[in-house]
Amino acid sequence: MTTQVRTEPITVNLGPQHPSTHGVFRMRVTFDGEEIIDVEPIFGYLHRGSEKLAEERTYVQVVTLTDRMDYVGSMLNNQAYMLAVEKLAGVEPAPRGVWLRMIASELQRIASHLVAVGFLIQDLGAWGTPLIYTMREREKILDLFEMLCGARITNSYLRPGGVFMDAPEEFWPAMNEVLDELPPRIDDLDDLLTDNDIIFSRTKGVSILTPEQMIDASITGPMLRAAGVDWDLRHRDPYDYYDQVKFDRPLHTAGDNFARYWVRVQEMRESIKIIRQCEQLIEPGPIRPEHDDVPWLLRPPVGDAYAAIEHSKGELGFYLVSDGSISPYRCHVRAPSLINLTLLRDMLVGELLADMFVSFGSVDINMGEVDR
Amino acid sequence: MSKAWDGAKLAEAIHKSIPDVVVDANGTDIWIEPDSVLEVMRLLRDDAEFQFQLLSSVTAVDYISYFEIVYHLTSLTRNATAVIKSKTGFGRDEARIPSVVDIWRGADLQEREVWDLMGIIFEGHPNHKRIMLWEGFPGHPLRKDLATYEQSIVPEAERRVPSGVANEVEEGQG
Amino acid sequence: MNSTFLDNSLFRNIYCYLAGGSDGCASRGYDTAILPAGFEWLAFAITAFIIINIVINAGLGAVIVYIWGERRILGRIQNRTGPNRWGPFGMFTSVADAIKTLFKEDIVPDEADRWLFNLAPILMVFPVLMVLAVIPFGVGTFVVDINVGILFVIAVTSVSGISVVLASWASGNRISIFAGMRSVAMLISYEIPMALSLIGVLMLAGSMSLGAIVEAQDLPFILVQPLGLFVFLIAAQAETSRTPFDLIEAESELAAGYLNDYSSMKFGIFFLAEFLATIVASMLIVTLFLGGWRGWDPIPSQVWFAGKTVLVLLFIMWMRFSWPRLRVDQILVLAWKGLFELTLINIFVTAILIAIWPDPGMTELLIMSVINWIVFFISVWLVSKLLRPSDYSAPTPQPNRPAYPVATDELPDEVAYTGGATR
Repeated sequence: MTTQVRTEPITVNLGPQHPSTHGVFRMRVTFDGEEIIDVEPIFGYLHRGSEKLAEERTYVQVVTLTDRMDYVGSMLNNQAYMLAVEKLAGVEPAPRGVWLRMIASELQRIASHLVAVGFLIQDLGAWGTPLIYTMREREKILDLFEMLCGARITNSYLRPGGVFMDAPEEFWPAMNEVLDELPPRIDDLDDLLTDNDIIFSRTKGVSILTPEQMIDASITGPMLRAAGVDWDLRHRDPYDYYDQVKFDRPLHTAGDNFARYWVRVQEMRESIKIIRQCEQLIEPGPIRPEHDDVPWLLRPPVGDAYAAIEHSKGELGFYLVSDGSISPYRCHVRAPSLINLTLLRDMLVGELLADMFVSFGSVDINMGEVDR
Repeated sequence: MSKAWDGAKLAEAIHKSIPDVVVDANGTDIWIEPDSVLEVMRLLRDDAEFQFQLLSSVTAVDYISYFEIVYHLTSLTRNATAVIKSKTGFGRDEARIPSVVDIWRGADLQEREVWDLMGIIFEGHPNHKRIMLWEGFPGHPLRKDLATYEQSIVPEAERRVPSGVANEVEEGQG
Repeated sequence: MNSTFLDNSLFRNIYCYLAGGSDGCASRGYDTAILPAGFEWLAFAITAFIIINIVINAGLGAVIVYIWGERRILGRIQNRTGPNRWGPFGMFTSVADAIKTLFKEDIVPDEADRWLFNLAPILMVFPVLMVLAVIPFGVGTFVVDINVGILFVIAVTSVSGISVVLASWASGNRISIFAGMRSVAMLISYEIPMALSLIGVLMLAGSMSLGAIVEAQDLPFILVQPLGLFVFLIAAQAETSRTPFDLIEAESELAAGYLNDYSSMKFGIFFLAEFLATIVASMLIVTLFLGGWRGWDPIPSQVWFAGKTVLVLLFIMWMRFSWPRLRVDQILVLAWKGLFELTLINIFVTAILIAIWPDPGMTELLIMSVINWIVFFISVWLVSKLLRPSDYSAPTPQPNRPAYPVATDELPDEVAYTGGATR
């Protein structure tokens, strides 16, 4: 005789206030025991209408809005926006400014990946130790930003055609010191985490996404490279002076949580290489075009422009439309964080509750950018 | 370095397979008929001549007299890009366009965002709900005619909320 | 009255001060008696009350110090200072926290089952305090030495599992229910290896009394019973739900698990019980495997005991702060496929060795420990080999083998736009 235990699925709201949602994000999850059978992401808790606000600000003022989209990748946001403005207005950037913003954005990429890796481990349940180690390294990078522009998180460092302030004398030795210290720290991270059996068995083979699935869903960045797709805009469509520097694109073929984590750790090393080369190639000169060429109140000709960069989270694009006035007529952000969440349901269904936030964290999203 | 399709050449290439859908071409951009979006996009993704596997971005611009939907496409295999635009909603009445979610799943959240903020209806979207704002928010904030909150309030009867959606979201509090 | 109580020096001093004329006291040289004859029961009650108070308060004090110590060490491990504002070295931080917790508003959710909701914290803290009663803290320093001490410990600690289920169910919170279900699965699974890992100790000591086990450890059982210690350490971590087994209150998944709806001192009691359980677990490890209070003169036995306990606590903290959490299925697999087998191997080998040397001297014990350590390494290596995911291998970077064709086909120049940069 068989006895049937009557079970029923249970629906739980996780978020918007939850320790692991990386901000204010809500998921309505239906569980069968511990197994996830349905997920519905609910966005918008951090929506500030940045795109609408941009329509009432001048082109330079919009920079501050971009800082606040992905607040762990401000420099990269600045860079994407500036590329779009330069394309729209036909500004020829000053070489030293471009080198400086490449250095700044690569430093920011390291900082952003450190946050992603640290919080992924935190989602796995570590008691904060690896997170604090990564945060310590990020702190040093933020100190460098403070030297560059006076701000740590919301930098607003870039201007059309370059940057607003040259790096001070003491920036270069300080940066070299940080870059010297980083590789051993990343090795430490590798020792503590990559070779850890618990992390390996928790992340290996969980939430596998195939390249075809991800390309269909417009997912870009480290997630795509973790599945073996060699698509990095810095390499495939070099903006700024990325065609003059040499770097590898770390690829992993598994496409699971571990691969996504691994690719990020390796990309930090590549970013260090890029910064070293930039430091060699940078030359004295003006940091932005003359004021007569590029006035503060920029009035680009009527038209539209789309510029995209390889953000630490994926392809970050700005689509700007100008009507010839001092502010954008339309400013659209192609936010990698939002679009990378397209496959959230596919990633989570069939996994366990414990892996849910690990998979979610491995996407590396930032609610400021998802909701804008 | 990625290369972009020249608008005129792209229009010509599309014309060979699907005649009379391209309205205009300029620079890298082409404008197509809104009704033919599904057909053209399927061609652009599947045809060996185009191979646009990745939909970079979907957005919309409010040009007062009409709305323009902008698709940025990327081909990974050919490292090429193209910009497809489509004008709809002349006279600011019902602006609608077929949804491309069936072709690229990446359009899912982006089209919801465009509906939410710009008020373009994507026909055939599997989950046509607001994404950033709450169900029942009056108006669509990125439209140029949205002035103030009070002015934008739409009478209950005229709100375009899919039936039952608003209540459904609030269920299941855990 | 059981005369073993009078072996307890603290008990003897108080009791015989009150009732010196009674049999046991007179034979031990006490003559003063405050209470008249016939009131031995009152003397017993007063003494027991005082002793219990001392032990419970010492336990709570130890928790306060332990929380402070853990936060300081966590700070050191994480490259920061830890609490250092309130009192010398921040020692009063936990006191301030305790006072703050007392003054918080006590909230009972509408959906909660009020009676069970209030009962759960009490059920949680009681067993832990009861275990304290049978632990010998030093020569003549114990509350009671019952002859089934180990059985008592195992029986009493299993109650805490029920309290977790009660708390999670009574909260009426769906997230807490997950914690309850997990606790049922995990706590019950780990009780079996925990109990079985002590069989070897029992066989060697020939007694279930904790006092007798300490007496029997001429050679600390860590040397003779490495496998038992290994299993007991892991199982005790799981029973006290410390990282990497903290999935009952997994912060990143369930917010606070079964504690979600508890506030004020009810939360405080849970918190206290959890930390006290860790201390008690390390005291048990010291008693059963590290020779208990035994040490060398002139350092008093109580200091030896405390020092060893701190060492074990440091080890547990180190584990806790370094590793991420295991998933629920992996934890159960570890209990049933790993630790359970290890305990059986341990019992088997120890039984054979005891059969060969029924009354081992020091030389025989040393031979036994060599054999046991060899068995320990081989069996742990074998079990870890079996439990590891079969596809375990170090990730190899494959930079030149993209799985998906990218930029294999150039866009012909005749259709490419030449008017400038486009992306």
